[in-house]
Amino acid sequence: MTNKIWVYIDQFKGEATPSAWEALTAAKTLTKDLGGGVTALVFGADVGKVVQQAFEFGADEVVVCDDPSLKDFRLEPYGALFAKVVGEAKPEVVLGIAGTRTRDLFAYASVDLKTGVIVDATGLTVKDGAVQVTRPVYAGKLLCNELCPTARPQLITVRVRAFAHPEAQPGKSGNVTKVSAVLSEDALSTKVLDYVVEEGQVSLDGAAIIVSGGRGVNGPEGFEPIRQLAKVLGGAVGASRAAVDAGWIPYAHQVGQTGKVVSPDLYIACGISGAVQHQAGMRTSKVIVAINKDKDAPIFNLAKYGVVGDLFEIVPALTEEFKKRLGK
Amino acid sequence: MNIVACIKQVPDTAAKLQVVDSHVTWGDSPLIVNPWDEYAYEEALLLKEKFGGKATAISMGPETALEALKTCLAVGCDEAYLISDPALKGSDASATAYTLAKAVQKLGDVDLVLLGKQAVDGDTGLTAAMLGRYLGWTVLTQVIKIVEIDPNAKTIKVERFMEEGRQVCSAKLPAVVSVIKGINEPRYPSFMGIRKAAKATIPQWGVADLGIEPGKVGKAGACVVWPEIYPMPVKETKVELIEGSSPQEIAAKLADKLIAEKVI
Repeated sequence: MTNKIWVYIDQFKGEATPSAWEALTAAKTLTKDLGGGVTALVFGADVGKVVQQAFEFGADEVVVCDDPSLKDFRLEPYGALFAKVVGEAKPEVVLGIAGTRTRDLFAYASVDLKTGVIVDATGLTVKDGAVQVTRPVYAGKLLCNELCPTARPQLITVRVRAFAHPEAQPGKSGNVTKVSAVLSEDALSTKVLDYVVEEGQVSLDGAAIIVSGGRGVNGPEGFEPIRQLAKVLGGAVGASRAAVDAGWIPYAHQVGQTGKVVSPDLYIACGISGAVQHQAGMRTSKVIVAINKDKDAPIFNLAKYGVVGDLFEIVPALTEEFKKRLGK
Repeated sequence: MNIVACIKQVPDTAAKLQVVDSHVTWGDSPLIVNPWDEYAYEEALLLKEKFGGKATAISMGPETALEALKTCLAVGCDEAYLISDPALKGSDASATAYTLAKAVQKLGDVDLVLLGKQAVDGDTGLTAAMLGRYLGWTVLTQVIKIVEIDPNAKTIKVERFMEEGRQVCSAKLPAVVSVIKGINEPRYPSFMGIRKAAKATIPQWGVADLGIEPGKVGKAGACVVWPEIYPMPVKETKVELIEGSSPQEIAAKLADKLIAEKVI
């Protein structure tokens, strides 16, 4: 527990969230400057698999609390435990993957630890012994360099897909330190009653390919060809605010300033004009394809490839083409 | 039920931003209530209408934020307070949350504090959880539905919008709740409301009024600093238009390109 660099591994129902391991990759970029190995921090119930995977994905040591009170993520037990374990071990930095749970946990525990939190890092460097974070602000219109010069530990979340998923080293293991939960169940105010998964809900968060529809899809049924293409490509379905506000598709699909911020390898924008608020959610995608009737639509300024045409002709043709190419 | 909505004034989301010496400017673009915070004041009003009590808006910021608070009064909030002091300049999320906690404690007898899930300038989304911890209250973030509140038993049941779906949970009041789009449809101010708000005097609180220890806020109290802000480097992409005599031909050409890009 003497490593200077720690990584909090986010998990849900005993499975690490797919992008959680990217934080280990981010941690490895700091070892040259800060020295030492990387400690993974795993909290939950029945998380033996996550502990083993943490070693395989690059952790040198794991600190784990496996306790029934940690079955569901709740701020009270997680926060108290995090503040105690991290407060005693005093690492220089704790990294975690950007997401609701880790952001809330770092924020909550930072008050006890009397330290700062920096979220959504897309780049990390070390400057005068402190980790300097590059992160987008103002909905991705601007970048900001932030750091926590003196308070420790530095609590930093890294944006999903900003760092690569680490290569697994099967069978690798290391030292496991077990710690006990801090709060008992009757001290907790929050009770998790249920999870409701909406039909057709896809996680845009870690998607490598996203096919999105906007005003140009003209109605709820207009999303059908979008879904077909996404299915063939193994991607997720996104939407612009206009399509969500019109009630054509649930809010869970919205990409943009008041929706999800995504950064896939491929973003195919169909019938989306590309207002700045939409751009805020997808501008860091690696390759952007725009399909739009209006050749002057701002989305073409962002796209690498463009098709000026009717999405209802082009999108099904693309679906057929990829079915052939991908042997589906 | 006494409910407090914390709101922030931000540049319009369509504003063209410029950076001069790491200071962000937005020309003539208007300042608005942070779009996520509109859901917070609307939910405060809906709960007040259902349970009675008081809906209060508070904001920490420069004097220009009085306009944002007037919007809150115009839509029906009972009271508004501006927390403004030169000593607060340079506060990070934690110092801001600490200041808001002091203001909530000064108001007293508060059952619920509502915030938007994040502000569209700093984009941190940290304030709600920090504020809850400073107050020692229950924290529920990303709330898309308040299912029920029992003011006598002091309990709340909500649906939270999580990465894996909606989480249903119950908790004790008082609580700090951050809300997201979909929880309600924020109302527009009425003509009468705007007139009333224009005449209202909004009290201002400084750090001394809130009993804030010097050195805990502003630049001196901030753990996090941001020495540099700069425009996102423009990716020099000139769009390559894919053309062809039929949708099939266009699709085939585009598929070639995307496979060559190794993104499929």
